[in-house]
Amino acid sequence: MPLITIDDQQIEVAAGSSVMDAARVAGIYIPHFCYHKKLSIAASCRMCLVEVEKAPKPLPACATPVTDGMIVRSHSTKAVEAQKGVMEFLLINHPLDCPICDQGGECQLQDIAVGYGGGASRYAEAKRVVRDKDLGPLIATDMTRCIHCSRCVRFGQEIAGIMELGMPGRGEHTEVMPFLEHHVSSELSGNVIDLCPVGALTSRPFRFSARSWELARRKGVSPHDGLGSNLALQVKDNRVLRVTPVENEAINECWLADRDRFSYQALDSDERLTRPMVKDGGRWVEVDWLKAMAFAAGALKVIRDTHGAEAIGFIASPRQTVEELYLFQKLARALGCESIDSRIGQADFSGRRAGVEWLGMALADLNDLDRVLLVGSTVRKEQPLIAQRLRQAVKKGAQMNVVHCADDDLLCRVANKLIARPSELVGALAQVAKAVGAKIDGLDTVVVSEAAQAMAASLKSGEKKAVLLGAVAQQLPAASELHALADAIAKATGATLGFLVAAANGVGGGVVGCRPGQGGANAAAMFAAPKKAYVVLGAEPELDAADSAAAHRALAGAGLVIALSPFKTASADYGQVMLPVAAYAESAGSYVNMEGRLQSWRAAVPPRGDARPAWKVLRVLGNQFGLTGFDQDSAEQVLAEALPDGEATVRAKLNNEIADLTLAHLSAAAGIERLGDTPIYQTDAYSRRAPALQATADGQTGHAALACGALIARLGLSEGKPVKVRQNDAEAVFNLLRDDRLPDNVVRLASGLAAAVHLGPRFGPISLEKM
Amino acid sequence: MSATYTGPKVCLWTLDHANPASLETYVANGGYSALKKILAERTPAAEIIEQVKISALRGRGGAGFPTGLKWSFMPRGYDGDKYIICNSDEGEPGTFKDRDIIEFNPHQLIEGMVIAGYTLGAKAGYNYIHGEIFELYQAWEKALDDARAAGYLGQNICASGWAFDVHAHQGYGAYVCGEETALLESIEGKKGQPHFKPPFPASFGLYGKPTTINNTETLASIPWIMRHGGQAFLDLGKPNNGGTKIFSISGHVNRPGNYEIPMGTPFADLLEMAGGVRNGHQLKAVIPGGSSAPVLPAEIIMDCTLDFDSIAKAGSMFGSGAVIVMDETTCMVRALERLSYFYYEESCGQCTPCREGTGWMYRVVHRIEHGQGRPEDLDLLLSVGSNIAGRTICALGEAAVGPVQSFIKHFRQEFEYHIANKRCLVGA
Repeated sequence: MPLITIDDQQIEVAAGSSVMDAARVAGIYIPHFCYHKKLSIAASCRMCLVEVEKAPKPLPACATPVTDGMIVRSHSTKAVEAQKGVMEFLLINHPLDCPICDQGGECQLQDIAVGYGGGASRYAEAKRVVRDKDLGPLIATDMTRCIHCSRCVRFGQEIAGIMELGMPGRGEHTEVMPFLEHHVSSELSGNVIDLCPVGALTSRPFRFSARSWELARRKGVSPHDGLGSNLALQVKDNRVLRVTPVENEAINECWLADRDRFSYQALDSDERLTRPMVKDGGRWVEVDWLKAMAFAAGALKVIRDTHGAEAIGFIASPRQTVEELYLFQKLARALGCESIDSRIGQADFSGRRAGVEWLGMALADLNDLDRVLLVGSTVRKEQPLIAQRLRQAVKKGAQMNVVHCADDDLLCRVANKLIARPSELVGALAQVAKAVGAKIDGLDTVVVSEAAQAMAASLKSGEKKAVLLGAVAQQLPAASELHALADAIAKATGATLGFLVAAANGVGGGVVGCRPGQGGANAAAMFAAPKKAYVVLGAEPELDAADSAAAHRALAGAGLVIALSPFKTASADYGQVMLPVAAYAESAGSYVNMEGRLQSWRAAVPPRGDARPAWKVLRVLGNQFGLTGFDQDSAEQVLAEALPDGEATVRAKLNNEIADLTLAHLSAAAGIERLGDTPIYQTDAYSRRAPALQATADGQTGHAALACGALIARLGLSEGKPVKVRQNDAEAVFNLLRDDRLPDNVVRLASGLAAAVHLGPRFGPISLEKM
Repeated sequence: MSATYTGPKVCLWTLDHANPASLETYVANGGYSALKKILAERTPAAEIIEQVKISALRGRGGAGFPTGLKWSFMPRGYDGDKYIICNSDEGEPGTFKDRDIIEFNPHQLIEGMVIAGYTLGAKAGYNYIHGEIFELYQAWEKALDDARAAGYLGQNICASGWAFDVHAHQGYGAYVCGEETALLESIEGKKGQPHFKPPFPASFGLYGKPTTINNTETLASIPWIMRHGGQAFLDLGKPNNGGTKIFSISGHVNRPGNYEIPMGTPFADLLEMAGGVRNGHQLKAVIPGGSSAPVLPAEIIMDCTLDFDSIAKAGSMFGSGAVIVMDETTCMVRALERLSYFYYEESCGQCTPCREGTGWMYRVVHRIEHGQGRPEDLDLLLSVGSNIAGRTICALGEAAVGPVQSFIKHFRQEFEYHIANKRCLVGA
């Protein structure tokens, strides 16, 4: 390890470190703009010039490798002279109007200018003016402020995996811009707002709504994907005005997906439910909490006394907290009901599962994988930051193997792929299983394709491997068979089997027992065979359920639906009681992410209106029934009861094994079938209600039916024209668009959208008819 | 007119023959014989590099780095592809020599590239041709075709079983692409802008592979060295400055053009060969090595010989051998304004001092030229210049500063006159 002296401090640093790395280790700050620890070195801003003994010129700390015996002075006269020179250059064309700049107060240029800038400018010429760019609904631009650090450009290429911004032009005419009037469409695009050291790229929804020093920063955890990204909820006057990442190398590193960053807008949605409401004579009436609780409990009691406790279904969103899901199942069980579930999007519950499904490893381990088999996942749109980790692994040489229903661009190199219709997916994965010699019955008739052979060769080589099951693989009607095959492949190849758990508390729900007990119905069964009453916590079953039509029918036909939600959902149509509960930033709580990590937080803002944290509502409901064990005074108390040993309790329940399963879906169904995956901004109640997200290109996906050109031609249909879609006995009209990434005989028609509610299951036979 | 050079020429000798560019002319005069001999005898790479070292061939692109030494930086026994690149991105104002090599003796360049490829174990060679000489790109492609047809390029060169090919790459006229790391980015299809070093191209070059980049004239000199020996090449010039060199002389002379003469020839002789200063005017100043070389007043340059060491001692740069001559009718402020505009226009914009500083310097010089100068402007220019020089990724920053500093150093009075009188001293 080289020994170097930096500002008279002797330190040993790892070989291959830069002077900047060494300075960080020594706790010395060297001013910089283009340098960022997660991005490649540009060495172009020249702000980090330091004096290195024996070097004739000052050298950039970020790009200068340390050598043994090197003597560096980062604050000597020579170094500071160079740094001041650079600062002067940066400022001559920068508008010095910090008071009207959104970045003012949190601007790296402003901060460093205080230390290195002059009091007056020697530049007497006119300043450069640069035309602003339209980067879409998330990022506002003020390009005249750009200092050309190129962080945003490098971010796109290196982290997001897509070059959407570049720097055309030469000299001082160099401008950061997107391709010919394109927007920035990456699901990670918002990170450039954090990366931009000046006010050139700022948050469009937040713009000019507060100064940074007026904001309180409160920690939170993202309620969307299974990552549990750490959030800084930035609050003024009890409103969350923006969200930025809290760095956590083990989870989100220093990034956030756009969904995590902009979904806070839903907290201010017009659809917020702010008063308890009950339906009285067919009309909604606002009531106080006491009346609402008494009404809800009374109505439930009537159902139970008349039809028995199993006439009630308890369905929860897997994005509710550990505390809420724990009390939810506790209440159901105390009432004698075992029909409890938070796996709302799952269709297949067959087989015997040994425990709660999880990632099978730490999130950070994903970066070090060298072989990946990704099954049924457009991971980029499901778990944007996991896709980012896998992208880094692929960049380091990992081989990505994909078995999926659409040849979606994952923005990383794919070594081998098998693209099959949803009903063919079991057969496709069985080929890989057979090729790797997996020990599972029923593979005799399977014919192994060349692609499966290549995939097997890939999986049999390498050291660190994983078989990962994505959202589609978990939602398919034959999901358990995919699970069993994946398990067998993992065992045969020495890989880890992992579930890309779709929801923020998908694991937590399982751990606290939000699952049907003996004789109880699971999430699919409780809609397939309708109940007399439903208690719905946080979910929008008609959008979230595996069979939206069945869920809607069951809820609409039930005599009683009690919805606990932050929003006026469709329960306003079919429900009898709506209880306003706190949204994710408004209540203390905990999530268990897909790697089994327990994260707790406190409320960042008070609940809107009369809304109350859901755990309190559930606790009081318990009291209404006179049940014991509903006297917790804090979320911490509930958590201590739910997970007595914290993460140890969680870990004891994690297990991806499955047993008692035979492969019954090896041959594909005939005819055209639906691929009904959920678009990235339709996954949950919050993202559905964030206007900025809905306005993006990703927010617009799912509003049309997609099919490959061959299918469109064969059916005599035309692209861009409306088409009648028929599924089971329901029909709807969608615009038909061409997407040749889809296999033949597949129509991609998204789930999670109101327009598709009545059609039915996410996967299954579907037909298209000319209008 | 007494000064002439009648000795051997290394590069432009084909001009003494009919059809100078043809393969026939080249082969008839001993062309490709060095390559044949090397391949037939399997001459060890170390022996070739040794001859190049003895020759004291120094990079003809401007920096004058010893070629043999540069070649020895390429990793030996490297298991993977390596590349050799010819830098014909001749963009420095005043320089027009490489285009004449491509036009009049392309096969010697091809032979030089193939020998370099053999010596350095390269998989392929690229010739990066400046964007503003498109007609030569086509001529170069034809020469490559002829060489391939004759077995001097391709899968089985000179029936030796050894394969090597050379490809042409068209630049688009950006000056900065002559900087070797920018050139690499450009070949890779990226925006041509320099990359910081280390890593150096010899370890991480084109497509991340070890790469050697030499100037056109440098590579074209290799066959001559291999045919006549390194010592013969050295003897053409003077110690530490071997060979003949093409000087592109332009500006206020009677016969501007390319003159290939020995290294170490007195400047006065070159001026005489070029027909002297035009119309009997007096010599005022000379930029001896391309526009980025500091200007030298007549009394200094007239005492110089044309080689790296003499010009450096006089306070300028030998550079690419582009000699720009100015007579006493030249307004030095206007000349500097034009030069500063060039660097302002050609800065790639990547690093701060050059992106912002070249524009600032140009605007101040422009102001002085247009009667808007201020007394403090000259010190401001020098200060801005010192904040650019040595603080940038590539040498374009220094190149932009060289003229500013030297013009003010040697002709400060003219600038002060402009500022004080809002008009030009020349012709006043």
